[in-house]
Amino acid sequence: MLQLIKKILKTGIVTENYKAPKDDELESLGIQIKRHIDKKFSGSIAIRQVDAGSCNGCELEIHALNNPYYDIERFGIHFVASPRHADVLLVTGPVSRHMQTALLRTYEATPNPKWVVAVGDCAACGGEFGVSYASCGAVSNVIPVDVVIAGCPPTPLALMQGLLGLINK
Amino acid sequence: MSSANWTTGFLNQLIATAITVEQISLPSTTLWQIESNHWQQFAKLAKQQSVRWVAGWAEHVEDRFFVNACFEKQGVYVLSRTIVHVAKPELPSQAGVYPAANRSERHTQDMFGIHFTDHPDNRRWTRHQAWSKHDYPLRKDFSVQGEPKAVTPPDMDYPFVKAHGQGVYEIPVGPVHAGIIEPGHFRFQAVGELILNLEERLGYVHKGIEKIAEGRTPTQLARLAGRVSGDTTVGHSWAACRAMELAAGITIPPRAALIRGILAERERVANHLGDMGAICNDVAFVFAQMQFTRLRELWLRTHTTVFGHRLLMDLIVPGGVACDLSNASCALIKQEIALFRRDLSEVVPVVDLNSSLEDRLYTAGYLSQETAAAFGTLGYVGLSSGQDFDVRRDAPYPPYDQVTFKVALEDQCDIASRFWVRYKQIISALKLIEQFMAKLETGDLLTEWQTPPTGSEALGIVEGWRGEITTYIRFDADNKIARFYPRDPSILNWPALEKLTLNNIVPDFPVCNKSLNGSYSGNDL
Repeated sequence: MLQLIKKILKTGIVTENYKAPKDDELESLGIQIKRHIDKKFSGSIAIRQVDAGSCNGCELEIHALNNPYYDIERFGIHFVASPRHADVLLVTGPVSRHMQTALLRTYEATPNPKWVVAVGDCAACGGEFGVSYASCGAVSNVIPVDVVIAGCPPTPLALMQGLLGLINK
Repeated sequence: MSSANWTTGFLNQLIATAITVEQISLPSTTLWQIESNHWQQFAKLAKQQSVRWVAGWAEHVEDRFFVNACFEKQGVYVLSRTIVHVAKPELPSQAGVYPAANRSERHTQDMFGIHFTDHPDNRRWTRHQAWSKHDYPLRKDFSVQGEPKAVTPPDMDYPFVKAHGQGVYEIPVGPVHAGIIEPGHFRFQAVGELILNLEERLGYVHKGIEKIAEGRTPTQLARLAGRVSGDTTVGHSWAACRAMELAAGITIPPRAALIRGILAERERVANHLGDMGAICNDVAFVFAQMQFTRLRELWLRTHTTVFGHRLLMDLIVPGGVACDLSNASCALIKQEIALFRRDLSEVVPVVDLNSSLEDRLYTAGYLSQETAAAFGTLGYVGLSSGQDFDVRRDAPYPPYDQVTFKVALEDQCDIASRFWVRYKQIISALKLIEQFMAKLETGDLLTEWQTPPTGSEALGIVEGWRGEITTYIRFDADNKIARFYPRDPSILNWPALEKLTLNNIVPDFPVCNKSLNGSYSGNDL
C-alpha cells in the first residue's frame, strides 16, 4: 500500500513537470468559445461524434482536441457517448451508403435544438470519394448541416475555430 | 540462395502432384498460373510447407475473372493465379485450408459474384443493402454510380451465430460506437460478464475504393491510397507507389527512399504513441493516456514544421516524394528525438511499475501462437504471439536494405505483449530515423514518370505501422489504373479479435480491441 501511495505521489509530480505551452491563438480562441458557451448554452455543449464513412484521419484530429495541449473540455465542450445526450453532431466522412440509415437514426435520436457540423473535406463535399454506388458523398446529402469545417483532415485549431463559428451563428 | 529454395522445392512438388504451373515473371515477384480445379489443392500443399497466405483478390478482364492469392515464406513472395470464365464463375475455396482466406474470399464473392465451393462460411461480408444480391460492383458492367435507393436500408437480417441456454444473453454493439471511433458492429454472446462468443460484422465504411480507383492516373491513385486508412496514409501511399513504380520499371532516387523511410517510421511512432495511451486509458490509467497523447501532439507538431502536414498526407508520390529535409530540419528532428527519449524514460518506468496495469494487461486478450499463425496475423499483433515476420527485415526494400535493426518479438501473447512490442518498435523507429538521416546525401527527390505498358502489373509490399501492406496494381492503356487492391494488415488481424476476446469479460473488450486496433476503413475499402 505504501508503495502504491508512493507511486501515486511520484506519478503526480511527473504530471506537473509537464506544462502546456502558452499558445496564444489557442488561448484566445478558447476564451472566445467559452464566453459564448457560457452565454448561450449555460456553460456547456455536448458533442456526439459520428464517423459516417471517414478514413479515420479526421477522428485522429478530433481525438487530439482532448489531449493536454487543447484540452477542449476546459472551454465547456465535451464529447458524449450517446446522441440522446448531445447538442451537436460532429459528422465525418463521405456518408457511406452502409452508414446512411445509422446516421439518420443518430440524427433522429438527438434532441432538439440540435446542430450538425460536417468535419473534413469528405463530409463537406465528398472529398476523394465523391458520390458512388457505395457513397452518398457530402453529409448535407443525408442530413441538414449547419457548419462545415474543411480540411483533410482539419487541424485541431481549425476544429476549434469551426466550433466557434457554430456557436456564433 | 537458401531463400529461393522453397519455391524450387515447392514447384517440384506441384509437378509431382500433376498440378501444371505456368510461370510468369513479374517485377519483384513470380506469378504462378494454375488450373482452377487445382486451386484448393495448391493451398493444401502450400500449407504443408508452412507457407503463409498473404492476400486474395480478383479482377474482371473481358469474359474472364483472374483470381489471385499471394503467398510468402522466408521473405519470398509468390503470386498464384487462376482464371475462371464469367459464364461459370466457380472455384474451390482455400478458406478451409487457410482461415486467413475466409473474409477475402467472401469479399470476392460479394464484389464479383465468384462462387467458392466448400467455403466454410459463405455468408455475405462486404455487401450490406447498398446493392442487390445479384449485382457485383467490381464487374466491369457495373457502373461506378450503381443504382442506389434514396435511402439505403439497414442490414437487418444478417444471419449471426446464435447461442442458446440458461443465462446466455446477447449484446449488440454498433455500428455507431460510444466514442470517437470508426463504425462497425460487434455481436457478443455472454454469460454474466464472460464472453462466450464474439462476431464481427464490418463493411459499414465501404466506400467503393477499389471501384473508384479504376481509370485514375498514378498521381490521383496515390492520393486515394493515402486515404485507404487515414492513420496509415504513409504506409498505403508507399505500397501503392511502390507497386506502380515496379510496374512502370522506375527506380526512385536514393534520397527519396530515405525520406520515405523517415516518413514511415515517424508514422509508426505517432500511431504507437496514440495506441499505448489508449490501451492504458481503457483500463482507467489516465496518467499514461495524458502523457502519450502529449508526446504524440509534440511529434505531430514537428510533422507540421518539417513536412507541412500533421498526418503526413500526400507526401509520397509516384516516382519519389513531394517533400524535402533540409539540414536545419534534420537538426530539429535530432534534437526532438533526444528530448523524446528523455521523456519516454520518465514515463515508461511509471507504466511498467504500475501493478494495476499489470493486473489488467497481463494474460488478458490471449492470442495463442497457433491461432495467430492460422489467421496470418501481422505487425504488433503477430509479433506479440511469436509470428516473427517484418517486411523491412525479411523482404527489404529501399531504404531498409541499407540498415540492420532488431525486430521486437514477444511470446506472452497478451495485451501487455502488444503494448511492449509497440514500445520496442518506437525505440527501433527512432534509431532507424537517425540512421536514415545520417545517410541522406544531396540528390533528386523524384524520378520522371514513364507510362507503363498496357497490362503491366506489380505488387507493392511494405511494412506499415500495423504490419505488412500488400498492394496490387495493374495498368490499363494510357497510364490509367485498371485494378487497385490494397490489403491492409487489418484484414488479417480483425478475425484474431474474435478469438482473443473469448473468455475475457465484457468490460475488457475495449482494451482487447484497442490492443489490436484494426482499421475499419482499411478493412471495408
